[in-house]
Amino acid sequence: MKLDLSVDVHHLTRVEGHGNIMVQVRDGKIQEARWDVVETPRYFEAILKGKHYTSAGLLTARICGICSFGHCLASLRATENAFGISIPERAAWLRLLAKHGETLQSHCLHLFFLAAPDFLNTSSVIPLLESHPEVVALALRLKGLGNRLCEVTGGRATHPVSLQVGGVTLMPEGLGSLRDELQHSLDDLAMAVELFHTFEIPDFVRETEFVSLKGENEYPFIGGRLISSDGVEHAEHEYLPMTNEYTDKNNTSKWCKLSRESFAVGALARFNNNHHLIHPQALDIASSFGLTPVCHNPFMNNIAQLVECVHVVHDSIRLIDKLLESDSEPTMVPVTPRAGEGVGAVEVPRGILYHSYKYDEKGNITKADCVIPTTQNNANIHYSLKDLVEQFAVQGMTDEKLELLCSMLVRAYDPCVSCSVH
Amino acid sequence: MKYLGIEPEVLKIAVFDFTGCEGCELQLANKEETVADFLKVLDVVNFREISSVEGDDYDIALIEGAVTRGDEITRLIQIRKQARLLVALGSCACFGGVNRLKNVLDLNKVNREVYGKDPKETLPARAIKEIVPVDLEIPGCPINKDELERIVQHLIWDIPFQFPVYPVCFECKQRYTTCIFELGQLCLGPITRGGCNAPCPAGGLGCYGCRGPAADPNYSEFFTIARERGYKKKELDEHFNFFGGFEGVG
Repeated sequence: MKLDLSVDVHHLTRVEGHGNIMVQVRDGKIQEARWDVVETPRYFEAILKGKHYTSAGLLTARICGICSFGHCLASLRATENAFGISIPERAAWLRLLAKHGETLQSHCLHLFFLAAPDFLNTSSVIPLLESHPEVVALALRLKGLGNRLCEVTGGRATHPVSLQVGGVTLMPEGLGSLRDELQHSLDDLAMAVELFHTFEIPDFVRETEFVSLKGENEYPFIGGRLISSDGVEHAEHEYLPMTNEYTDKNNTSKWCKLSRESFAVGALARFNNNHHLIHPQALDIASSFGLTPVCHNPFMNNIAQLVECVHVVHDSIRLIDKLLESDSEPTMVPVTPRAGEGVGAVEVPRGILYHSYKYDEKGNITKADCVIPTTQNNANIHYSLKDLVEQFAVQGMTDEKLELLCSMLVRAYDPCVSCSVH
Repeated sequence: MKYLGIEPEVLKIAVFDFTGCEGCELQLANKEETVADFLKVLDVVNFREISSVEGDDYDIALIEGAVTRGDEITRLIQIRKQARLLVALGSCACFGGVNRLKNVLDLNKVNREVYGKDPKETLPARAIKEIVPVDLEIPGCPINKDELERIVQHLIWDIPFQFPVYPVCFECKQRYTTCIFELGQLCLGPITRGGCNAPCPAGGLGCYGCRGPAADPNYSEFFTIARERGYKKKELDEHFNFFGGFEGVG
């Protein structure tokens, strides 16, 4: 009996941005299995040229509405490295707290709003308001907590205003009550873990190279050395040999490669490369899902995100304790621009993000480069789609089932498509 | 869900994204304490970012993003035909937003710089109203969810919505924010439309004018004060051009 399958998804739903899936199987053979990004380019690197350093973080935050804090933080770090500035310790804690807020907000948006509907057999979170109100309430509490962490540190939940070159310009308010909320949120996360234990994660393995920051003493988020699970290691400013961007005629996003034809970044990559530094409770939860390093199932990125939520909640409590003990210390240093180059690498929700700027002596940008996590993932999504079809295109498979599996695979990477094109 | 004994109209709404960061759409799912109630007064028939339901039967279309490619024009014209009320959501949709900053560049050169031998199709960024008629514009980068909730209430009860005519400055005074201009930062607060509750000056950042001009802005006085304080043309231009809402001013 011959097996013919066809999947044609135009503008995949429940992902950020515009991408298409195309699969053709004839007589059991794959004719085509593609992930194409068709998002409109915005040319951020070109419009950054000539801009003053005070505008760079604001402008690049607009690359992405979901990870605006991550872009802003990578931008600030690139500028501060170019100017040779070290920010005060208290500012670094505030920035990391902001980063944790974004991770919690973004992971919960993805886990509950974008990914969970597939596992609960529904089209979106909206029908869940009726069928699973407790799940939606839980999701909103956790996501709201993430946004509030962003608000107290960055001035608002999207497109921060108080993360500026030299430090942080806002005195955080209400840290004590946020600490209580964080403590309570661990119960919510325990319920989320129970819920995700009921989900059937597709059994699919594809050998992959994973790239992330390398943690030294802490699970890494802001700055540090770069590492791959295939053994490549570089300093932060040597991001170019770590990313190797190239263009593809079917994609407005660039593609990247390192030791193989593609590599992956994101929560799973961070966990695979830095599991020994994650909070012990997060590690226990990972084990309960069978998530052990090095895990090569891309669908487990969902679980790695959930595990990271537990980690960032614990770490936020630690940071708030430090902030409450140091509330008279400065959070800004004076900034004097100088000619130079700087790179900032930050682990944003979807993986490692690099900003690199060259400045003139007046503090205006003369050259800019941003390498986005989803740009690094797009080739890997494309090739893993092929392998997924290869494994699942067997007798009994239908177009509908294959479309769902392919869509779930792309969603598991939590792609930020507008971001990847920028 | 009755209110004062009256069953309110449930709005059939669709959300579409064009060129932008999708941050304004994200605000629809933010302000978590009211989001469940907010979704109950809406019948979301198309919202690709969060739902796989793709219906064409909607009354209100919320459009996020600017227009920068031919296929977006075709799509937008189709949406305009279907929508009873077409809303431009956010500064990209209202003014072109930060996307507009590329319009002063040589796009062929820029394309080669970014994509080398594989240049991609792109047009100068345009606001939604430059392509099709727009019924309502909600500016902001991002939009303010409080304001959006009020607008949706007005749409449900069919009461015209009035944006504030006063500038951002008024809201800084209401919040007791120390004037950022006085602290030595350039701020477009005196001439930018209020309604955002002035989060930027409160966080230590001068206003970049994401909501466009207030009613009857006093530009000449603003420029006089800015020049008195030593702000140069480049600095002023960078602020005025940032979100595209002050085109032709400066």
